[in-house]
Amino acid sequence: MTTEIPRYFLEMTAQEVRLCGLLLQEHFGDVVEKVGTHLIRSGVLTLRALAHETKLALDLVKKSLCVLVQHGMCTFGPGRRGPAGPVEYRINCERILHMLRYPRYIYTAKSLYGDTGELIIEEILQRGQMTMSSTVKTVADRLTHNMPEGQSMDYSEVVSAFSRLVETHFLQRCPPMASAGSSSSGAVDTSLPVVTQPAEPESNPECYKLPYINLTGQGKRRRSSEDGEDDQRAAKKAKTDNSQCGDEGIYWQVNFLRFHLHFRDQAIISAVSCKLDQTSSEIVRTMLRMSEVTTPAHAAFTQALSANEIFRSLPSNYNIARPILDQYLTLLVDDPMEFVGKTGDSGGGMYVVNLHRALANLARATLESVVQERFGSRSARIFRLLLRKRHLEQKQVEDFAMVPAKEAKDMLYTLLSENLVQLQEVPKTPDYAPSRTFYLYTVNQLPTARLLLQHCYKTIGNLIERRLYETKENKRLLEKSQRIEAILASLQATGAETAQLTEVEEMITAPERQQLESLRHHINKLDSSENQVDETIFLLESYINSTQASR
Amino acid sequence: MAGKGRGIAAFTFNIEALGLSRGSMPETQRGPTPLFPQIEYKPGPLKAGEDEDYMRALKQEMRGRMKDLPFNIKPHAGKGDVERYKEKYTREIKRIEDDNWTPDWNYLPKELKPQKKIIRKKRDTKTNAKVSSKDKEELLNKLDALEKKGDVKSDDEEDEAKGLKKENDEEGEEEEIEGEFDEELEEENDYIANYFEDGDDYGGGSDDNMDEATY
Repeated sequence: MTTEIPRYFLEMTAQEVRLCGLLLQEHFGDVVEKVGTHLIRSGVLTLRALAHETKLALDLVKKSLCVLVQHGMCTFGPGRRGPAGPVEYRINCERILHMLRYPRYIYTAKSLYGDTGELIIEEILQRGQMTMSSTVKTVADRLTHNMPEGQSMDYSEVVSAFSRLVETHFLQRCPPMASAGSSSSGAVDTSLPVVTQPAEPESNPECYKLPYINLTGQGKRRRSSEDGEDDQRAAKKAKTDNSQCGDEGIYWQVNFLRFHLHFRDQAIISAVSCKLDQTSSEIVRTMLRMSEVTTPAHAAFTQALSANEIFRSLPSNYNIARPILDQYLTLLVDDPMEFVGKTGDSGGGMYVVNLHRALANLARATLESVVQERFGSRSARIFRLLLRKRHLEQKQVEDFAMVPAKEAKDMLYTLLSENLVQLQEVPKTPDYAPSRTFYLYTVNQLPTARLLLQHCYKTIGNLIERRLYETKENKRLLEKSQRIEAILASLQATGAETAQLTEVEEMITAPERQQLESLRHHINKLDSSENQVDETIFLLESYINSTQASR
Repeated sequence: MAGKGRGIAAFTFNIEALGLSRGSMPETQRGPTPLFPQIEYKPGPLKAGEDEDYMRALKQEMRGRMKDLPFNIKPHAGKGDVERYKEKYTREIKRIEDDNWTPDWNYLPKELKPQKKIIRKKRDTKTNAKVSSKDKEELLNKLDALEKKGDVKSDDEEDEAKGLKKENDEEGEEEEIEGEFDEELEEENDYIANYFEDGDDYGGGSDDNMDEATY
């Protein structure tokens, strides 16, 4: 399996830096944002240098680094001066950008493993990493809270959901330190780096091994404010007691790569379903499922599966005859999208899913769609033409696209000015004389995909900034609304009369309500847009990464 | 492109080859493009559905939740800031956690651990022997006084005072000057001071079993 160049070794673009900054600020506050952004821009820094350059208090910088490391967004290791010198810290931008996708990870866990799976993933994402026992307790408590009075969630159910997530590799152990501890011989010198940079999680053979934990019981219900004090104190006592469950020091993190493979598979299946039909997509789904465990993460295609095997593995509610399956497979192979390829004839025919080809096609479809939506269908036709035919002269474009000359020119120049189309000179004579040179229009998929990806980062940055602006503009009103909600909640808890409640509710006037409603509507739209743009980002990133991996 | 003809724009290449003619050239840019240009084609509607709504709700919830977790580091707030009345209720509702998060120090460089500042002063061993016991008395008295006051910072200082005692027992040569010490510590542990509202949750729980250092 080829090793990918970790992205954080490559230069980050201005848009990526901006977006990372906004995400850090949103989730961890201004201090961590300042530390993180500075570290992104500088590359690698020591603690002292970082504190000095950001002009922040040393303890704040320390805390920020702890938070970032906890969430896997920062790694550390021996610096340029070797193990004896100061530790150097480096940001993992890619990991920061994954925060955009948190809702998708959580929702996927929900669809695969129910509410329990959903909460497990949510808790671990929010805290960066957790032990199995603390995850189980926290999730059981949360589930219990939503259950009717008297019922509670048993720990064993949560343990079983957790186990399934680990078995299917959606959760993995945090990579252990290369060498444990440091010279703690009482030396006061605290600047000794503990260890070298943690290795890839999967290089640890115990990566997916569940620890034996000694944990029985049920989730505890959190009570309302009245008895809250006692219960909370008791709960906290329980937390501090934190009886050894047997898995101390074993932390779990979300395996983003696994989720991404799942999303990729989903995208392929849905594309097949759109292009062909439901049955074809079920066949492809079966093939992907069969090769889940055996296909390495960056493989260009799945392992070869025989038609016989595929037939046996089809879901039981799909009753298609064997010859029909063969027909479908032929259809899939012949389709220009090349989702499926035939690699042999034994076993009734050997077939693979062309993963990289599929990603390239999905990316291409995305690019074409963008051009169509922004510049109209005729420009899209020209764009598609250039993608397929590679190099065309002005006249050829006009003819093949069946667009009148003047309009074709306009469209080409617009696309050119947007950098979606490039002009290439091909000289007929060695002197590059303009009158004897071909000027060819061309589209190159990979650089265009990169360009579009940057646009997406910029777009999300803009969406976030707009949302912050809207929130700021209505700050006074939002605070008032929150205050009133808080008062209402406490009144309800203490059993106030309806009249009192109404009185409080009426403290917000009708026009204010309308303004709040409108604000909510805008923010919802902005948030949904972020999620949707992230889908495009995922496709483009997957495509771009696949081209790098196969080099 | 500067051409030979004075004042006449001439191109170095044959524009006919590109299918252009003088008259059909697009207008030259007169300045930067407008910030919000007119778009010819309206963007399509957002995807709407159960999935999308749920994910949007997840996003909003998570955003709100992350603000309340101890990972959200606030710059040093002004001391002596009176807790607003509403905060008691918003805490309840939002389940704001203790700012008390202790990472597992086994997985982090030692340099990231918060340090307790100790001011060392050299003194006569003889004087110190006597002073130590006196100090102890003082400290014990101070502890009592503080307990009675039920001061917000008392827990803090209790801890430090206890730490002081230990230190004094072990190493007679050092002495903490309480005035200065307070300030230094306040700076270091401003973070802690924020959540000791009623002293109930002193030494409150942390996710991990590490009680080595508390933020």
